[in-house]
Amino acid sequence: MSLTFTLDGKTIPFTEGQTIIQAASAAGVFIPHLCYHPEFKPHGSCKLCTVKVNGRHTASCTMRAAPGMVVESDTEEINAERRALTQMLFVEGNHFCPSCEKSGNCQLQATAYHLGMMSPHYDHFFPSRPVDASHPDALLDFNRCILCSLCVRASRDVDGKNVFALSGRGIGTHLIVNAKSGQLGDTDFTLDDKAAQVCPVGVILKKRRGFAVPIGERTYDKAPIADTVTEGK
Amino acid sequence: MTTQKKLKVATTSLAGCFGCHMSFLDIDERLFTLLEHIEFDRSPLTDIKHCSPDCDIGIIEGGLCNAENVHVLREFRKNCKILIAMGACAINGGLPAQRNHLPLTTILEEVYHTSPGLANGMIPNDPELPLPLDQVHPIHEVVKVDYFIPGCPPSGDAIWKVLTDLLAGREPELGHGLMHYD
Repeated sequence: MSLTFTLDGKTIPFTEGQTIIQAASAAGVFIPHLCYHPEFKPHGSCKLCTVKVNGRHTASCTMRAAPGMVVESDTEEINAERRALTQMLFVEGNHFCPSCEKSGNCQLQATAYHLGMMSPHYDHFFPSRPVDASHPDALLDFNRCILCSLCVRASRDVDGKNVFALSGRGIGTHLIVNAKSGQLGDTDFTLDDKAAQVCPVGVILKKRRGFAVPIGERTYDKAPIADTVTEGK
Repeated sequence: MTTQKKLKVATTSLAGCFGCHMSFLDIDERLFTLLEHIEFDRSPLTDIKHCSPDCDIGIIEGGLCNAENVHVLREFRKNCKILIAMGACAINGGLPAQRNHLPLTTILEEVYHTSPGLANGMIPNDPELPLPLDQVHPIHEVVKVDYFIPGCPPSGDAIWKVLTDLLAGREPELGHGLMHYD
Protein backbone atom coordinates (compact mmCIF):
# COMPACT_ATOMS: atom_id res chain seq x y z
CA MET A 1 0.00 0.00 0.00
CA SER A 2 1.31 3.44 -0.90
CA LEU A 3 2.18 5.92 1.82
CA THR A 4 -0.04 8.99 2.18
CA PHE A 5 -0.90 11.80 4.56
CA THR A 6 -3.50 14.53 4.28
CA LEU A 7 -2.65 18.19 3.69
CA ASP A 8 -5.60 20.57 4.10
CA GLY A 9 -7.85 17.61 3.40
CA LYS A 10 -6.02 16.58 0.24
CA THR A 11 -4.32 13.16 0.06
CA ILE A 12 -0.58 13.54 -0.54
CA PRO A 13 1.55 10.53 -1.48
CA PHE A 14 5.11 10.36 -0.19
CA THR A 15 8.10 8.09 -0.18
CA GLU A 16 10.01 6.97 2.91
CA GLY A 17 12.30 9.73 4.18
CA GLN A 18 10.57 12.64 2.39
CA THR A 19 9.78 15.72 4.42
CA ILE A 20 6.30 17.23 4.37
CA ILE A 21 7.37 20.13 2.14
CA GLN A 22 9.12 17.78 -0.31
CA ALA A 23 6.04 15.61 -0.66
CA ALA A 24 3.76 18.66 -0.93
CA SER A 25 5.95 20.23 -3.65
CA ALA A 26 6.02 16.95 -5.57
CA ALA A 27 2.21 16.92 -5.42
CA GLY A 28 2.08 20.53 -6.66
CA VAL A 29 1.01 22.06 -3.36
CA PHE A 30 2.79 25.27 -2.35
CA ILE A 31 3.90 25.80 1.24
CA PRO A 32 5.48 29.26 1.77
CA HIS A 33 9.18 29.07 2.63
CA LEU A 34 12.37 31.14 2.48
CA CYS A 35 15.30 29.20 3.95
CA TYR A 36 14.22 25.90 2.40
CA HIS A 37 15.68 25.00 -1.01
CA PRO A 38 15.10 21.59 -2.58
CA GLU A 39 18.81 21.13 -3.36
CA PHE A 40 20.05 21.71 0.18
CA LYS A 41 19.84 20.15 3.60
CA PRO A 42 17.05 21.94 5.48
CA HIS A 43 17.97 24.68 7.93
CA GLY A 44 14.58 25.09 9.61
CA SER A 45 15.22 28.68 10.64
CA CYS A 46 12.78 30.97 8.83
CA LYS A 47 9.69 29.10 10.12
CA LEU A 48 7.64 30.32 7.15
CA CYS A 49 6.91 26.71 6.21
CA THR A 50 5.38 26.02 9.62
CA VAL A 51 2.33 23.76 9.43
CA LYS A 52 0.20 22.04 12.03
CA VAL A 53 0.74 18.29 12.21
CA ASN A 54 -1.99 16.57 14.18
CA GLY A 55 -2.66 19.96 15.80
CA ARG A 56 0.95 20.84 16.69
CA HIS A 57 3.17 23.44 15.04
CA THR A 58 6.25 22.18 13.22
CA ALA A 59 8.51 23.21 10.34
CA SER A 60 7.46 21.25 7.26
CA CYS A 61 11.00 21.41 5.81
CA THR A 62 12.45 19.37 8.69
CA MET A 63 9.49 17.15 9.60
CA ARG A 64 9.45 13.79 7.85
CA ALA A 65 6.11 12.74 6.41
CA ALA A 66 4.46 9.79 8.14
CA PRO A 67 1.46 7.71 7.15
CA GLY A 68 -1.89 9.12 8.24
CA MET A 69 -0.55 12.51 9.40
CA VAL A 70 -3.17 15.24 9.36
CA VAL A 71 -1.42 18.43 8.18
CA GLU A 72 -2.91 21.93 8.04
CA SER A 73 -1.10 24.59 6.04
CA ASP A 74 -3.25 27.03 4.09
CA THR A 75 -5.42 28.18 7.00
CA GLU A 76 -6.21 31.68 8.17
CA GLU A 77 -4.46 31.06 11.48
CA ILE A 78 -1.19 29.73 10.04
CA ASN A 79 -1.07 32.29 7.26
CA ALA A 80 -1.51 35.08 9.83
CA GLU A 81 1.50 33.70 11.74
CA ARG A 82 3.50 33.49 8.51
CA ARG A 83 2.54 37.07 7.70
CA ALA A 84 3.72 38.26 11.13
CA LEU A 85 7.07 36.46 10.63
CA THR A 86 7.43 38.08 7.22
CA GLN A 87 6.65 41.50 8.67
CA MET A 88 9.36 40.98 11.28
CA LEU A 89 11.86 40.15 8.54
CA PHE A 90 10.92 43.36 6.76
CA VAL A 91 11.36 45.63 9.80
CA GLU A 92 14.59 43.99 11.00
CA GLY A 93 16.44 44.82 7.79
CA ASN A 94 16.27 47.65 5.30
CA HIS A 95 13.94 46.40 2.59
CA PHE A 96 13.31 49.27 0.20
CA CYS A 97 11.84 47.46 -2.78
CA PRO A 98 11.64 50.45 -5.15
CA SER A 99 15.44 50.86 -5.05
CA CYS A 100 16.34 47.15 -4.96
CA GLU A 101 17.43 45.51 -8.18
CA LYS A 102 16.09 42.15 -6.96
CA SER A 103 12.54 43.53 -6.85
CA GLY A 104 10.21 41.28 -8.83
CA ASN A 105 12.61 38.33 -8.51
CA CYS A 106 12.71 38.41 -4.72
CA GLN A 107 11.24 35.49 -2.77
CA LEU A 108 10.75 37.57 0.36
CA GLN A 109 8.73 40.13 -1.58
CA ALA A 110 6.77 37.50 -3.52
CA THR A 111 6.02 35.60 -0.31
CA ALA A 112 4.79 38.82 1.29
CA TYR A 113 2.49 39.37 -1.72
CA HIS A 114 1.27 35.78 -1.40
CA LEU A 115 0.47 36.32 2.28
CA GLY A 116 -1.31 39.61 1.59
CA MET A 117 1.16 41.69 3.60
CA MET A 118 -0.16 45.24 3.17
CA SER A 119 2.18 46.89 5.69
CA PRO A 120 5.19 46.06 7.87
CA HIS A 121 2.93 46.55 10.94
CA TYR A 122 5.84 46.70 13.43
CA ASP A 123 8.26 49.56 14.14
CA HIS A 124 11.28 49.58 11.87
CA PHE A 125 14.77 48.90 13.22
CA PHE A 126 16.48 50.83 10.40
CA PRO A 127 19.79 49.06 11.12
CA SER A 128 23.07 50.42 9.79
CA ARG A 129 24.66 47.80 7.55
CA PRO A 130 27.39 48.92 5.13
CA VAL A 131 27.53 47.26 1.70
CA ASP A 132 30.56 45.35 0.41
CA ALA A 133 31.47 46.32 -3.17
CA SER A 134 35.03 44.98 -2.98
CA HIS A 135 34.51 42.09 -5.40
CA PRO A 136 34.90 42.93 -9.11
CA ASP A 137 31.81 40.98 -10.18
CA ALA A 138 29.49 40.81 -7.17
CA LEU A 139 27.97 43.22 -4.68
CA LEU A 140 26.90 42.32 -1.15
CA ASP A 141 24.07 44.40 0.28
CA PHE A 142 23.65 43.14 3.84
CA ASN A 143 20.66 45.45 4.39
CA ARG A 144 18.44 42.81 2.83
CA CYS A 145 19.83 39.69 4.53
CA ILE A 146 17.20 37.46 6.15
CA LEU A 147 19.74 34.94 7.53
CA CYS A 148 18.38 32.01 5.49
CA SER A 149 21.95 30.65 5.28
CA LEU A 150 21.50 29.38 1.72
CA CYS A 151 24.74 31.08 0.62
CA VAL A 152 26.50 29.55 3.63
CA ARG A 153 25.25 26.07 2.75
CA ALA A 154 25.94 26.47 -1.00
CA SER A 155 29.48 27.76 -0.50
CA ARG A 156 30.32 25.11 2.09
CA ASP A 157 28.52 22.05 0.71
CA VAL A 158 28.61 22.59 -3.05
CA ASP A 159 31.45 25.00 -3.83
CA GLY A 160 33.73 23.72 -1.05
CA LYS A 161 34.86 27.29 -0.34
CA ASN A 162 33.24 28.33 2.93
CA VAL A 163 33.02 31.95 1.82
CA PHE A 164 30.04 32.85 4.02
CA ALA A 165 29.06 32.24 7.64
CA LEU A 166 26.50 33.40 10.15
CA SER A 167 28.08 35.08 13.15
CA GLY A 168 26.68 36.31 16.46
CA ARG A 169 23.65 35.15 18.43
CA GLY A 170 19.96 35.95 18.58
CA ILE A 171 19.08 39.40 17.32
CA GLY A 172 22.83 40.03 16.82
CA THR A 173 23.12 37.26 14.21
CA HIS A 174 24.58 38.53 10.95
CA LEU A 175 26.14 37.31 7.73
CA ILE A 176 29.91 37.55 7.47
CA VAL A 177 32.52 36.85 4.82
CA ASN A 178 35.31 34.46 5.75
CA ALA A 179 38.34 36.59 4.93
CA LYS A 180 40.81 38.31 7.20
CA SER A 181 39.59 41.66 5.88
CA GLY A 182 35.96 40.52 5.95
CA GLN A 183 35.73 41.64 2.30
CA LEU A 184 34.31 39.49 -0.49
CA GLY A 185 37.05 40.75 -2.81
CA ASP A 186 39.62 38.93 -0.66
CA THR A 187 37.98 35.51 -1.12
CA ASP A 188 38.00 33.06 -4.05
CA PHE A 189 34.26 33.66 -4.62
CA THR A 190 33.23 33.73 -8.30
CA LEU A 191 29.94 34.17 -10.14
CA ASP A 192 30.11 30.49 -11.15
CA ASP A 193 29.72 29.50 -7.50
CA LYS A 194 26.45 27.95 -6.42
CA ALA A 195 26.50 30.52 -3.61
CA ALA A 196 26.13 33.26 -6.24
CA GLN A 197 22.84 31.75 -7.46
CA VAL A 198 20.85 30.97 -4.32
CA CYS A 199 20.19 34.24 -2.48
CA PRO A 200 16.38 34.52 -2.22
CA VAL A 201 16.62 38.27 -1.59
CA GLY A 202 18.85 41.07 -2.89
CA VAL A 203 22.05 40.52 -0.88
CA ILE A 204 24.30 38.76 -3.41
CA LEU A 205 23.95 40.68 -6.66
CA LYS A 206 25.79 40.31 -9.92
CA LYS A 207 27.28 43.63 -10.89
CA ARG A 208 26.26 45.33 -14.13
CA ARG A 209 23.12 43.17 -14.57
CA GLY A 210 20.70 45.04 -12.30
CA PHE A 211 18.02 46.16 -14.68
CA ALA A 212 18.72 43.90 -17.69
CA VAL A 213 15.15 42.69 -17.19
CA PRO A 214 12.92 45.69 -16.47
CA ILE A 215 10.67 45.98 -13.42
CA GLY A 216 7.25 44.65 -14.34
CA GLU A 217 8.59 41.79 -16.49
CA ARG A 218 10.24 39.76 -13.77
CA THR A 219 9.55 36.30 -12.39
CA TYR A 220 6.92 37.19 -9.80
CA ASP A 221 5.48 40.04 -11.85
CA LYS A 222 4.34 37.38 -14.30
CA ALA A 223 3.06 34.76 -11.87
CA PRO A 224 2.60 34.62 -8.10
CA ILE A 225 5.14 32.58 -6.15
CA ALA A 226 2.58 29.87 -5.36
CA ASP A 227 2.43 29.06 -9.09
CA THR A 228 6.15 28.32 -9.23
CA VAL A 229 5.95 25.23 -7.02
CA THR A 230 5.33 22.65 -9.73
CA GLU A 231 8.21 23.99 -11.77
CA GLY A 232 10.51 22.74 -9.01
CA LYS A 233 12.15 26.21 -9.00
CA MET B 1 -34.19 57.07 -5.98
CA THR B 2 -32.24 58.19 -2.98
CA THR B 3 -29.24 60.41 -3.31
CA GLN B 4 -26.51 59.34 -0.95
CA LYS B 5 -24.44 61.92 0.85
CA LYS B 6 -21.05 62.28 -0.77
CA LEU B 7 -18.09 61.04 1.24
CA LYS B 8 -15.50 63.64 2.16
CA VAL B 9 -11.99 62.66 1.11
CA ALA B 10 -8.88 64.54 2.27
CA THR B 11 -5.41 63.91 0.85
CA THR B 12 -1.90 65.15 1.55
CA SER B 13 1.73 64.48 0.75
CA LEU B 14 4.14 64.48 3.71
CA ALA B 15 7.73 63.32 3.01
CA GLY B 16 6.68 62.17 -0.44
CA CYS B 17 7.32 63.26 -4.00
CA PHE B 18 3.68 63.69 -5.08
CA GLY B 19 4.20 60.66 -7.32
CA CYS B 20 1.35 58.87 -5.54
CA HIS B 21 -0.93 61.86 -6.14
CA MET B 22 0.08 61.78 -9.82
CA SER B 23 -0.78 58.09 -9.82
CA PHE B 24 -4.12 58.92 -8.21
CA LEU B 25 -4.82 61.21 -11.19
CA ASP B 26 -3.94 58.25 -13.41
CA ILE B 27 -7.39 56.83 -12.73
CA ASP B 28 -8.19 59.32 -15.52
CA GLU B 29 -11.85 59.59 -16.54
CA ARG B 30 -12.84 57.36 -13.61
CA LEU B 31 -12.33 60.54 -11.57
CA PHE B 32 -15.76 61.64 -12.87
CA THR B 33 -17.35 58.45 -11.54
CA LEU B 34 -15.49 58.91 -8.28
CA LEU B 35 -16.76 62.49 -7.97
CA GLU B 36 -20.33 61.22 -8.08
CA HIS B 37 -19.58 59.51 -4.75
CA ILE B 38 -17.00 61.73 -3.06
CA GLU B 39 -16.01 65.34 -2.63
CA PHE B 40 -12.48 66.47 -1.89
CA ASP B 41 -11.79 68.24 1.38
CA ARG B 42 -8.26 69.26 2.38
CA SER B 43 -6.05 68.25 -0.53
CA PRO B 44 -3.44 69.66 -2.91
CA LEU B 45 -6.22 69.27 -5.50
CA THR B 46 -8.47 71.79 -3.72
CA ASP B 47 -5.89 73.87 -1.84
CA ILE B 48 -8.10 73.69 1.27
CA LYS B 49 -5.64 74.17 4.13
CA HIS B 50 -7.23 72.17 6.95
CA CYS B 51 -9.41 69.08 7.31
CA SER B 52 -13.10 69.49 8.07
CA PRO B 53 -13.93 67.69 11.31
CA ASP B 54 -16.16 65.19 9.50
CA CYS B 55 -13.92 63.74 6.77
CA ASP B 56 -14.70 60.15 5.89
CA ILE B 57 -11.42 59.12 4.26
CA GLY B 58 -7.94 60.56 4.65
CA ILE B 59 -5.23 59.53 2.20
CA ILE B 60 -1.62 60.09 3.22
CA GLU B 61 1.31 60.00 0.84
CA GLY B 62 4.86 60.09 2.25
CA GLY B 63 6.47 59.35 5.59
CA LEU B 64 7.43 61.63 8.46
CA CYS B 65 10.69 63.54 8.04
CA ASN B 66 9.96 66.68 10.06
CA ALA B 67 7.81 68.05 12.88
CA GLU B 68 5.23 69.57 10.53
CA ASN B 69 4.60 66.16 8.93
CA VAL B 70 3.68 64.82 12.37
CA HIS B 71 1.25 67.70 13.03
CA VAL B 72 -0.44 67.24 9.65
CA LEU B 73 -0.69 63.49 10.15
CA ARG B 74 -2.30 63.97 13.56
CA GLU B 75 -4.77 66.47 12.08
CA PHE B 76 -5.76 63.86 9.48
CA ARG B 77 -6.13 61.09 12.04
CA LYS B 78 -8.25 63.34 14.26
CA ASN B 79 -10.62 64.35 11.48
CA CYS B 80 -10.85 61.29 9.23
CA LYS B 81 -12.86 58.18 10.02
CA ILE B 82 -10.67 56.03 7.79
CA LEU B 83 -6.98 56.69 7.23
CA ILE B 84 -5.15 55.20 4.26
CA ALA B 85 -1.37 55.06 3.81
CA MET B 86 -0.70 55.45 0.09
CA GLY B 87 2.66 54.34 -1.32
CA ALA B 88 5.99 53.03 -0.13
CA CYS B 89 7.10 56.15 1.80
CA ALA B 90 3.98 56.30 3.98
CA ILE B 91 4.27 52.55 4.59
CA ASN B 92 7.99 52.09 5.35
CA GLY B 93 9.60 55.52 4.99
CA GLY B 94 10.70 54.78 1.44
CA LEU B 95 13.48 56.70 -0.25
CA PRO B 96 13.73 59.48 2.38
CA ALA B 97 14.25 56.81 5.09
CA GLN B 98 17.46 55.76 3.41
CA ARG B 99 19.09 58.60 5.31
CA ASN B 100 18.24 56.84 8.57
CA HIS B 101 21.64 55.22 9.10
CA LEU B 102 23.34 58.61 8.94
CA PRO B 103 23.39 61.08 11.84
CA LEU B 104 21.31 64.18 11.02
CA THR B 105 24.23 66.50 11.82
CA THR B 106 26.40 64.71 9.27
CA ILE B 107 23.72 65.14 6.62
CA LEU B 108 23.20 68.85 7.33
CA GLU B 109 26.97 69.43 7.40
CA GLU B 110 27.39 67.69 4.08
CA VAL B 111 24.48 69.44 2.40
CA TYR B 112 25.16 72.96 3.65
CA HIS B 113 28.85 73.11 4.62
CA THR B 114 31.23 70.58 3.16
CA SER B 115 29.84 69.85 -0.31
CA PRO B 116 32.01 71.34 -3.04
CA GLY B 117 30.92 74.71 -4.41
CA LEU B 118 29.26 76.03 -1.26
CA ALA B 119 30.46 79.48 -0.24
CA ASN B 120 29.63 80.60 3.31
CA GLY B 121 27.10 77.86 3.56
CA MET B 122 24.91 77.97 6.63
CA ILE B 123 22.34 75.54 7.98
CA PRO B 124 18.92 77.20 7.59
CA ASN B 125 17.33 78.01 10.95
CA ASP B 126 14.40 80.24 10.08
CA PRO B 127 11.69 79.66 12.72
CA GLU B 128 9.17 79.05 9.92
CA LEU B 129 11.06 75.96 8.81
CA PRO B 130 9.89 72.76 10.48
CA LEU B 131 12.63 70.93 12.34
CA PRO B 132 13.80 67.71 10.70
CA LEU B 133 13.34 64.47 12.68
CA ASP B 134 16.45 62.47 13.47
CA GLN B 135 15.05 59.60 11.37
CA VAL B 136 12.30 59.29 8.79
CA HIS B 137 9.40 57.16 10.01
CA PRO B 138 6.45 55.45 8.36
CA ILE B 139 3.11 56.85 9.48
CA HIS B 140 1.83 53.70 11.23
CA GLU B 141 4.55 54.21 13.84
CA VAL B 142 2.78 57.40 14.98
CA VAL B 143 -0.97 56.97 14.37
CA LYS B 144 -3.31 54.07 13.69
CA VAL B 145 -3.63 53.43 9.98
CA ASP B 146 -6.66 51.56 8.68
CA TYR B 147 -5.61 50.60 5.16
CA PHE B 148 -2.44 50.48 3.10
CA ILE B 149 -1.90 50.76 -0.65
CA PRO B 150 1.70 49.66 -1.31
CA GLY B 151 3.70 50.64 -4.38
CA CYS B 152 6.16 53.26 -5.59
CA PRO B 153 3.79 54.57 -6.66
CA PRO B 154 0.75 52.32 -6.42
CA SER B 155 -0.84 52.12 -9.86
CA GLY B 156 -3.96 54.15 -10.59
CA ASP B 157 -5.75 50.82 -10.85
CA ALA B 158 -4.63 49.81 -7.33
CA ILE B 159 -5.82 53.13 -5.88
CA TRP B 160 -9.10 52.81 -7.78
CA LYS B 161 -9.57 49.26 -6.50
CA VAL B 162 -9.11 50.24 -2.86
CA LEU B 163 -11.36 53.29 -3.11
CA THR B 164 -14.15 51.47 -4.97
CA ASP B 165 -13.95 48.54 -2.52
CA LEU B 166 -14.33 50.99 0.36
CA LEU B 167 -17.19 52.88 -1.33
CA ALA B 168 -18.97 49.57 -1.87
CA GLY B 169 -18.48 48.62 1.77
CA ARG B 170 -16.07 45.80 0.97
CA GLU B 171 -12.77 45.04 2.67
CA PRO B 172 -10.19 46.34 0.13
CA GLU B 173 -8.14 43.64 -1.52
CA LEU B 174 -5.34 43.86 -4.08
CA GLY B 175 -4.70 40.64 -5.95
CA HIS B 176 -1.67 39.61 -7.99
CA GLY B 177 -0.75 42.35 -10.45
CA LEU B 178 -2.07 45.20 -8.31
CA MET B 179 -0.04 44.30 -5.22
CA HIS B 180 3.42 45.78 -5.73
CA TYR B 181 6.05 47.14 -3.36
CA ASP B 182 8.09 48.59 -6.26
